[in-house]
Amino acid sequence: MNVTRQILGVLRKDMLLDWRGQRRAVSVFLFGTITLLLFSFAVGPDSEALARHASGYLWLALVLSSTLALGESLRVELEDDALEGLSLLPVDPRALFYGKALANVLFLAMLSLLLVPLGMVLYGVHIEGSVFDLGLLLLLGIAGLAGPGTLYSAMTARARGRDAMLPLLLYPLVIPVVLASVKGTQLVFTGDPMNQMGGWLQLSAAFDIVYWSLCGVLFGKVIDS
Amino acid sequence: MRKHHILGILGFFLLCLGSVWGLWFTPPETHMQDVNRIFFIHVPTALVCMLGFFSFIPAVGALITRGRRWDATMEAMVELTLVLTLMTLAQGMIWGKPTWGAYWDWDPRLTTTAVMAVLFAGVLSLRSFADRFEQRLIWGAVATIIACVDVPIVYMSVEWWDSLHQGDSTPSSVSVDYHWPMRANAFGILFFSAWLIVERARVALLRDEEEAADAPPPETPQDLVAGGD
Repeated sequence: MNVTRQILGVLRKDMLLDWRGQRRAVSVFLFGTITLLLFSFAVGPDSEALARHASGYLWLALVLSSTLALGESLRVELEDDALEGLSLLPVDPRALFYGKALANVLFLAMLSLLLVPLGMVLYGVHIEGSVFDLGLLLLLGIAGLAGPGTLYSAMTARARGRDAMLPLLLYPLVIPVVLASVKGTQLVFTGDPMNQMGGWLQLSAAFDIVYWSLCGVLFGKVIDS
Repeated sequence: MRKHHILGILGFFLLCLGSVWGLWFTPPETHMQDVNRIFFIHVPTALVCMLGFFSFIPAVGALITRGRRWDATMEAMVELTLVLTLMTLAQGMIWGKPTWGAYWDWDPRLTTTAVMAVLFAGVLSLRSFADRFEQRLIWGAVATIIACVDVPIVYMSVEWWDSLHQGDSTPSSVSVDYHWPMRANAFGILFFSAWLIVERARVALLRDEEEAADAPPPETPQDLVAGGD
């Protein structure tokens, strides 16, 4: 079985798990919604300030929700030693990583499709730029969270302090991609007269290429441990 | 006496020499006056702290060989880099208040240094949660490699914001009177850090040996056949 088929096999398995465990998806979405509401309460009823910082709040809600989703994606593999069973299969560890990371990207993309419109309504912003750019920013930003997030969750899922460890490791790491996503999304909401979007998209893409390659190589070592 | 202690003694001597020279025997800076004397320790600390980026070398070595020495060296380098990073941040903040008017600014170098401190603290924290030596080695090595790759990307991304930090302090941008005290301190901190890394790695190796001695012997096939749980 070639690596692509193995990746698709792992992806299919994870999507089936997500579909059957819809409570997880609902709880992550509700968590994201509550986070969006909390930002409104933190700033106060100042609709101008909320609109000005909407892109930042949206991405923070996505980052915080992603921690729950990523942590859970590997934790289910620890039940009944499923991860050990997976690693005993004649499957390339890279296929395991890319399959799981792609499943996480799809999960977070679905989450963002619900949270972004909700956030736009709550914060009173609308799209001035291109919808295509927003979609690309979301995809690249989510991939930047899911790639290293999948690797780190494989390590922290078995650690005693896992709930604190995943955010502690992931948040500082993803600063470049969050920065690029926030800035890019702000340009989508306010317009981009200086044509700065390309730079932020390139930064996100470069981050994704570096970490999806590196994490794919390192995942096998982590599973071995 | 072990030969590496010479590094520690030499480092300490150079550090004392550079500091006394910088504090008492160089003229004050034209604009910032005596406040600027913190540069004699801040610039060398920041320079040596950036060498912590090379922690990825023992991390790669540990991942490939699974050797205890590589792991101990990596642990020592990460720990020392964290200490130097925190020192650099503290010195920068002390200097920033009287000159910039603020302890903190979201400048690329400050932000990157802070992120580097959190990344390296994360590596040490993750290692502390591992149950076995092999797990600690792999988790530590993977997290160190990822952290080292991230530092230049963080710098590049934050640099796109407006920068307040002054340019690099190089021999061409610093008064001739400042060259030698700064060099003495830079080599002093470098040698002293190298000595600390060797000593810290030795302690880590001793801990590993003690853990290995305390660990229960691995199960033999006979135990498994006997059905012992």
